Amino acid sequence: MFELLGIPPQALFGQLLLGLINGSFYAILSLGLAVIFGLLNIINFTHGAQYMMGAFISWMLLNWLGIGYWPSLLLAPVVAGVSGVIIERLLLQRLYHLDHLYGLLLTFGLALIIQGLFRNYFGSSGLPYQIPAELRGGQNLGFMFLPNYRAWVVVASLVVCLATWFVIEKTRLGAYLRAATENPTLTQAFGINVPLLITLTYGFGVGLAAFAGVLAAPIYSVNPNMGADLIIVVFAVVVIGGMGSILGAIVTGFGLGIIEGLTKVFYPEASATVIFIIMAIVLLVKPAGLFGRTA
Amino acid sequence: MAEALDTTRPVTAAPMLEVRDLHAWYGESHVLHGVNLEVAEGEVVTLLGRNGAGKTTTLKSIIGIMGKRQGAIRFKGAETVAMSSREIARLGIGYVPEERGIFSSLSVEENLLLPPQVQPGGMTVEQIFDLFPNIKERLQSQGTKLSGGEQQMLSIGRILRTGAKFLLLDEPTEGLAPVIIEQIGRTIARLKREGFTIILVEQNFRFAQTVADRHYLVEQGRVVDMIPNAELDKNIDKLHAHLGV
Ligand SMILES: Nc1ncnc2c1ncn2[C@@H]1O[C@H](COP(=O)(O)OP(=O)(O)OP(=O)(O)O)[C@@H](O)[C@H]1O
Ligand SMILES: [Mg+2]
Repeated sequence: MFELLGIPPQALFGQLLLGLINGSFYAILSLGLAVIFGLLNIINFTHGAQYMMGAFISWMLLNWLGIGYWPSLLLAPVVAGVSGVIIERLLLQRLYHLDHLYGLLLTFGLALIIQGLFRNYFGSSGLPYQIPAELRGGQNLGFMFLPNYRAWVVVASLVVCLATWFVIEKTRLGAYLRAATENPTLTQAFGINVPLLITLTYGFGVGLAAFAGVLAAPIYSVNPNMGADLIIVVFAVVVIGGMGSILGAIVTGFGLGIIEGLTKVFYPEASATVIFIIMAIVLLVKPAGLFGRTA
Repeated sequence: MAEALDTTRPVTAAPMLEVRDLHAWYGESHVLHGVNLEVAEGEVVTLLGRNGAGKTTTLKSIIGIMGKRQGAIRFKGAETVAMSSREIARLGIGYVPEERGIFSSLSVEENLLLPPQVQPGGMTVEQIFDLFPNIKERLQSQGTKLSGGEQQMLSIGRILRTGAKFLLLDEPTEGLAPVIIEQIGRTIARLKREGFTIILVEQNFRFAQTVADRHYLVEQGRVVDMIPNAELDKNIDKLHAHLGV
């Protein structure tokens, strides 16, 4: 058995894994925020509530309809995404010509309403969601024990993040999105349906948040406040990565999760604040964020 | 059936584009004060005028990206003044904006393939490379890394793919070297031979003279005169007065 600076390897790798798990959620959630901000110019404060909805929808699918984890992984994001499409068409669409602040206030208000509704109906004590049978147990890697479900969360989130990045950066649809982000007027003047792109983008971003919620359900209890707690950190992640940068959101999400985990090992007192300290430093040194483009 | 075989109907004399009493605003600022013009199929027509006369605004109104516009804009018989720019583009109008409108977040190839096909019969990518060989060598570059001339070719080339046969070209020669201007002039002449209809905004009437059928003089948000190309030299004094050159 080796030791690193007097830290037992189990503790080190255990925290690294926890950091990677948190990083997985930071990455998916900040990616959704970045995609939405890029095209809609709206800071989607409802994101945390939509993540929570993903977890609740999978809980409801299981307990009310007997639909299990694997179909939920697809169904819950679709249901949440459709709710996003409705929100965009009914509400957000009216705000695009106004200042950022209005979108922020509206989505913040929506988050409070959604969380209030769920708290009213389900209480705030939290509901259990079982790990699917296929992913129970774990692997003994010698230096640490790796629970299967946690490994799955990291892999699933990596795959979803990279697939999203690929679609945006490498496909025809992605070129439409980038064009509409850069110059919506001209893109529309070529005959491209920009309002539809915007609606679908919001629906997709919400779907990403809900996907993270489904992944989270078996790890954390399904709780109306689960998003509100997480989203504050995610906003810090987005600020550090640079608003609107796709790759920045992914890299920063995983990176900060790991840094947070390591801080827990080496200086636990700072683990809750390290991300905000990094945010403050980044804002001072590079206000557009690590990956942000300065206009 | 009978209708489809009816070839005896006379060709209508209606212009392809007809603009009547067009007004347009930027916010509260009223900049077009009743523009009138018409363009027949196959014609190349220019808008000449000083800086700020309203040439760009006229093109923006035709393609439908002016927030507030009023009057009549009939394209192939359809009234478009209340349509969105997306619908107007889909009728077969291609727009090459001032400053070229190349997307920096797209590669050259993505810029070229961005505008969707709106009508059948657009040029193939190979035909566009024949027209503008420079583009072909730079496909993977970032769009805005091209030189000004190459960006202009890309801006024109991408529209030729769409099948639009009515083009709005806003100062395609601005800031370019004489050889490039010549190349663009040859391109416009070739497009005309192939039956394209073009409204060309130009500051350089010497260039305009080499490609156009007629010239509209724009001043303070109105069309103040129309000069057939053959009479341009006769009207040189008037032109100088209007253009302030
Ligand atoms: N975005 C805008 N907001 C407010 N006013 C504008 C805007 N764009 C143009 N204008 C004004 O509208 C008038 C017409 O401008 P326009 O761009 O159509 O002129 P132009 O004939 O194309 O000139 P140039 O030769 O300089 O391109 C000008 O007085 C200009 O200052
Ligand atoms: Mg202009």
